[in-house]
Amino acid sequence: MESMESTYRSPETPRGAGVGLRLRSWLARLSIRVYLPSIAAGLAKTMEWMVRPKATLEYPEVQRVSRKGYRGEHRLKKDDQGRPNCVACFMCATACPAECIEIVAMPAPWPDRDKVPVSFRIDMLKCIYCGMCEEACPCDAIELTPTYTRVATSRDEKVYDLVKLLSN
Amino acid sequence: MDRPTRIPMEIEEQVEGDLGSKRMVVNFGPQHPATHGTLRAILEIEGETVTGIDLEIGYLHSGFEKIGEYRTWNQGVVISDRMNYLSPLCNNVGLSCAIEKLMGIEVTPRCAAIRVILYELSRISDHIISVGLQAMDLGAFSVMLWSFIEREKLYDIFENVTGARLTTSYTRVGGLLKDVPDDFEDQVRAFMVSGLKTLREMEGMLNTNRIFIDRCKGVNAISAEDAVSYGVTGPLLRACGIAYDVRKAHPYLGYEQYDFEVPTETGGDVWARYRVRVRELYESFKIVDQALTRLPKGPVGVPVPEVVIPTKDQGNKPNGGMEGLIYHFKNYMYGHGLPVPVGEVYMATEAPNGELGYYLISDGGPKPWRWRVRPPSLYNYQGFPGMCRGGLVSDVVAGLSSLNIIAGELDR
Repeated sequence: MESMESTYRSPETPRGAGVGLRLRSWLARLSIRVYLPSIAAGLAKTMEWMVRPKATLEYPEVQRVSRKGYRGEHRLKKDDQGRPNCVACFMCATACPAECIEIVAMPAPWPDRDKVPVSFRIDMLKCIYCGMCEEACPCDAIELTPTYTRVATSRDEKVYDLVKLLSN
Repeated sequence: MDRPTRIPMEIEEQVEGDLGSKRMVVNFGPQHPATHGTLRAILEIEGETVTGIDLEIGYLHSGFEKIGEYRTWNQGVVISDRMNYLSPLCNNVGLSCAIEKLMGIEVTPRCAAIRVILYELSRISDHIISVGLQAMDLGAFSVMLWSFIEREKLYDIFENVTGARLTTSYTRVGGLLKDVPDDFEDQVRAFMVSGLKTLREMEGMLNTNRIFIDRCKGVNAISAEDAVSYGVTGPLLRACGIAYDVRKAHPYLGYEQYDFEVPTETGGDVWARYRVRVRELYESFKIVDQALTRLPKGPVGVPVPEVVIPTKDQGNKPNGGMEGLIYHFKNYMYGHGLPVPVGEVYMATEAPNGELGYYLISDGGPKPWRWRVRPPSLYNYQGFPGMCRGGLVSDVVAGLSSLNIIAGELDR
């Protein structure tokens, strides 16, 4: 615990005691009073920060790479035969806090499932990208991709339909 | 027809007197850059002295509490994100803890430790920005930029863990959205090195800065009695010398196992608040270090399938076959949901600004019957007129930035 105390200690906490401490604090006060050492110290700090690595990105040229697991735009997954995984169980629409998913189901033409979505629309302008649809999906059909920059020129373009979501 | 009586000029001058002491009413905000949000204060000033101040709130009213009544228990977490936009994870954790208290659930040790780490990291991000903005409002611009660089690193950690930088929505009742990634510990340790360095640099800039000290010491002071009677909590209350901290007074998430202090200062002025915030930052680093060291292994969700949806297998389908699928559906279907008993609960957590309380009433249904938040900012803001009265106009700016009012939380 002793080492932790010294690691997480404010520099204002006095170290040591007696004459040494008093001399140091007197010197510190003197350097502030004289004023010039403070200016030199401030400039030194500025120079130090100038050579540090930049914290900013030149955005349009340098794109920020999202980490794995970032909650961006949705996509609908397909199985190995190219059919959507979705079985239109409406769990994502129920779990959605923004109520932005709208599904219309129809009987499936394939024997291994009962229903398939005939229309699957997500209003991306209402979506809050919380990822609850992905969490609620029991069939691994919907997932959030790391894509977050997608421009549209009209509101209708931001309502993604089944084709768009499958190709996303 | 009589001519209208006109007051001769001399009398007008006698009435108004010297222009320097004339009473004026000035709008401060809602669009003032120093209000850090949409806050409006109507100042009554005489010369440079503030004689009265009238606060108007509600410019960022979003109806969060009402929306919460139309969302299920788990969905409420997305609303809590948006209340305090400087530390959304604290709101997430507070809400989930309140629901768990109502249901009588104890989270797993790993979940509690992860929540504590993220809670303290959020406190660091909130306090470091608060100190930086306080310095910026008083003219020290570089401190603000340094603090933003550190917050950027924290947001990278949050993005890695939760999948979003601000709208984290990370907690679930009885667990978390997902476990932390493998490189979480390395990332946090790397941040702690750079964060401590920047924090010491910030202190070195401000602690002996004559301008900063003169603008802070003795400014906007509030007495301990006033602070208690207004319901002020958090760093503001501790700056008055009262060591009230929910983490110590009513421990939750196993906070009693961690070794940390509750820093207090005397004076209750802007300087004391700055000192309390900075000293709390070191305590938060200490807690994160301890929690990372002892981070237990194990599941993050409680093993109750009615509460936490079953984990998913390799194909991302619910585990447990048909039974698992039924529990999965029962968690989401209309008319089903979490088995929250009828009752009400108040659960407070120590958010960076003070006591963040959730008061929930359940009628046994899938949604809360009432969802009430006790935001620390609202109660802290109530004491603000008393602090400003008698001070200068420029002290209003210094005081407001030291309060760290979050408008989203204030108006909800």
